Amino acid sequence: MIKQENVRNFSIIAHIDHGKSTLADRILEKTKALTQREMKEQFLDAMDLERERGITIKLNAVQLNYESKNEEEYLFHLIDTPGHVDFTYEVSRSLAACEGAVLVVDAAQGIEAQTLANVYLALDNDLEIIPVINKIDLPNADPDRVAQELEDVIGIDKEEVILASAKDDIGVDEIMERVVSDIPAPSGEPDEPLKALIFDSLYDPYRGVITYICIKAGSVKVGDKITLMANGKKFEVNDIGVFRPNPIPKDELTVGDVGFLTASIKNVGDTRVGDTITLTNNPAETPLPGYKRLNPMVFCGLFPVDASQYNDLREALERLELNDSSLQYEAESSQALGFGFRCGFLGLLHMEIIQERIEREFNINLITTAPSVIYEVEKTDGDVVEVDNPSTMPDTQLVNEVREPFVEATIMVPNDYVGPVMEIAQKKRGQFTDMKYLDEVRVNIVYHIPLSEIVYSFFDQLKSQTKGYASFDYDLIGYRPSNLVKMDILLNGDTIDALSFIVHRDFAYERGKHIVDKLKDLIPRQQFEVPVQAAIGNKIIARSTIKAMKKNVLSKCYGGDISRKRKLLEKQKEGKKRMKMVGSVEVPQEAFMAVLEMNDD
Amino acid sequence: MKAQSVYIHIPFCQQICHYCDFTKFFYNEKLATEYIEALANEINTQIDGKKNRVNTIFIGGGTPTALNLGQLRSLMQLIDAKFDIAGASEFSIEANPGDFDEEKAKLLKHFGVSRVSLGVQVFDDAMLEELGRLHQIKDVYKTIELLQQNGLENISIDLIYALPNQTVEHFRSTLDEALSFNLPHYSAYALQIEPKTVFYQRYNKGKLHRPPQEDEVRMYDILKESMRNNSLQQYEISNFAKPGYESQHNLVYWKNEHYYGFGAGAHGYLPGKRTGNLRPLPAYVKQALENGNPVLNTEEIGMKEMIEEEMFLGLRKMEGVSKHQFLEKFGFSYERLYQDVISYLSDKGWLMTDGDQLRLTDQGVLFGNDVFEQFLLEDGDLSVVR
Repeated sequence: MIKQENVRNFSIIAHIDHGKSTLADRILEKTKALTQREMKEQFLDAMDLERERGITIKLNAVQLNYESKNEEEYLFHLIDTPGHVDFTYEVSRSLAACEGAVLVVDAAQGIEAQTLANVYLALDNDLEIIPVINKIDLPNADPDRVAQELEDVIGIDKEEVILASAKDDIGVDEIMERVVSDIPAPSGEPDEPLKALIFDSLYDPYRGVITYICIKAGSVKVGDKITLMANGKKFEVNDIGVFRPNPIPKDELTVGDVGFLTASIKNVGDTRVGDTITLTNNPAETPLPGYKRLNPMVFCGLFPVDASQYNDLREALERLELNDSSLQYEAESSQALGFGFRCGFLGLLHMEIIQERIEREFNINLITTAPSVIYEVEKTDGDVVEVDNPSTMPDTQLVNEVREPFVEATIMVPNDYVGPVMEIAQKKRGQFTDMKYLDEVRVNIVYHIPLSEIVYSFFDQLKSQTKGYASFDYDLIGYRPSNLVKMDILLNGDTIDALSFIVHRDFAYERGKHIVDKLKDLIPRQQFEVPVQAAIGNKIIARSTIKAMKKNVLSKCYGGDISRKRKLLEKQKEGKKRMKMVGSVEVPQEAFMAVLEMNDD
Repeated sequence: MKAQSVYIHIPFCQQICHYCDFTKFFYNEKLATEYIEALANEINTQIDGKKNRVNTIFIGGGTPTALNLGQLRSLMQLIDAKFDIAGASEFSIEANPGDFDEEKAKLLKHFGVSRVSLGVQVFDDAMLEELGRLHQIKDVYKTIELLQQNGLENISIDLIYALPNQTVEHFRSTLDEALSFNLPHYSAYALQIEPKTVFYQRYNKGKLHRPPQEDEVRMYDILKESMRNNSLQQYEISNFAKPGYESQHNLVYWKNEHYYGFGAGAHGYLPGKRTGNLRPLPAYVKQALENGNPVLNTEEIGMKEMIEEEMFLGLRKMEGVSKHQFLEKFGFSYERLYQDVISYLSDKGWLMTDGDQLRLTDQGVLFGNDVFEQFLLEDGDLSVVR
């Protein structure tokens, strides 16, 4: 039994591709958590999608035994974190389970926005930071410059920086020794009432919800009655254990332990990340700080291309919801697209991931409409309605005032980039609120910006305009009146409800023009000429024309290769299935997202 | 023999054209000699005996005339030994202007080659260079003269239109120059951008100009009109001939008849199956020498596929698909399967019934792929005729 003072709970913070997964693998290998045979490359990123996108979506926590150079046994808990602004809250909760973090920075690329955002989350949680400059073996590595950057930007003493190449096993031993020497042991009291922090949960069809927990005080045993403090629901513990990395059952988890707990919990929505588990019979007085209930901020319509897959889509959403408490959906019907669902997401990336998983794992061809936020509409009769779907916006004559959600956006950026950041924020209807120098080079800029503008590629623009140096975070600050109008798009004279969007009146003309041009390029030529129009109310403000298709015939013979001809025809037939007949026009999936890209010129 | 038609592929070229996605390799004397040996072994393995009677032979490429005289002679001797062409309706070979000479012409004539198809493409030296072609306009004149002097008068010219930066007027002048030879056969194909070609790369990078569809259609109209004015009858979407000079070998494909396919990347259609040979030269040569069966893909052709192909190939011919011939071949009328499709396409103005023939309208030709697609069946569809 390893004493509490020899426990170390830590995360690795890194930008995509800076080597987090390689370092994690190396640590797993060195602590013999995995045999060579079990060693899959980059063990911690389990889902295919994560591998492809190079991001970690679900958290993981692995328990490792480490014998330090002074021949003492230590117990490490390595807690993985997601790395995207959509999941900031999850990151902050998993960091709350740790006392320290290994900060990995690429020796050539230096500090990037995301890293910085997560470092500040770590500092918020009072974590000890072990700075590592990775990939020092690369030809373009410049560790001196990056070390200086760490000192300037984060205030880390450059003498403390470890130079490493996880790939070539340089510096990894030193990192593990520094985990032992620098990161404090968890401090909670084993005799106090139980406080277990939920930092992730997932649904397992056999065992119900599996919660990932870190014991901050007290202990928990199989058979204990527990209460989830946020909603007061009570359960009886079935299983507890740790991941090494495979799940190993335990009788008891105590202060400092990081592991899992199951209690026949049916709904992943009950086990909110950040909530505290306590014992029903000996409850803690107060929950752990920092719990927030996450509400979806971005909404869009999801429709099956093939109407007969509506039920499949519902089942897919039901399955995904089991594992994702922040996903919301309700049935929706569109004149253009038929039956589908209005879905709510934490952010755009979350939306894209869900969409991709439905297409890939459930094999459903989807049409996604452009994302929207929730608007508050005060009607002339005094009623206030919430509108999360542009097509349901009441007629202009009936509207007294439209209010939209605003966020306080905090953008941290080296002072060279203040100009570009302000330019983007202005273009996004941002209201300047504050600007502070954090040190000689780093500036904190605060704007109040409509959430809808954040949804439309704000982060991408910010990244590209600041070479990735800007870090960005936002908090909802409430609703404010705005001069907003609904813009309709007409194809061949028919209003296509799924293409409607809400726009500030001052930008209406420009966006209308942009989207009709974009649609002209995205929608293939049809058998007849198709006018594309943008309208506010009855007034057409922009127009383009998709010319009629003039021919579609393969003139070539391909020798006697008839199989190839057949494949071509089959592919063409299949391609048409991926188009949606909207009124009389065949519209490809991408067209419905066209409004999204309207700022990218 | 299982088929009366033979296609032989010669995958060598002096130069690789920027649009070509057929099986082709730079000519190399040693490789080409090996290749002819491999080809001989494939043919001798697949077909027993000597002097088999055959209806059509087509030697395509690549560039068959890229072979040197000795190799071309070996090829001809091989064919001569294996097949009896006395009763054949066509013995065609493809050639490029430029890599052709009097000796080759005499050789072809001697072995009974009856038709030469010339890859002319366009009458514009600058554009030929853009296409990656080696020849120039003057070579066309020389080669045609050479062929005619040596008794090879049944000549066809291949043209490509809708080329990068080509205007309608430009195509008209190419066409006029081509027609000035007063040849019995012309083919003209709209440029198709195929994967794995230089043009494909350029196109994807946005660095290849393409004339608008409107121009392409206009060029096709001019093509049809000029051919008509010169008594050349359109008998297939891209093919025009004086009566009696239609390519008998190519008609085999469109009539959905059987043929052997020999050589790297060659395709064959024998009862019940379509085959495709190995494309890489070393793989083909190795396999053909080892067991004479260098097939890479085999596609089973059941009743469903046969019917689909009868329609989508047959409709490429201007005369279309014959109702009574279909009935004779399959034992039921095509209307039992395609009644809805036919009335849908007829209502659209793409198909018409003309006595015994079902054929494309002028407009239907332009949307041929949309028409053909409609004739693909679903798995259960055949139950109505069983």
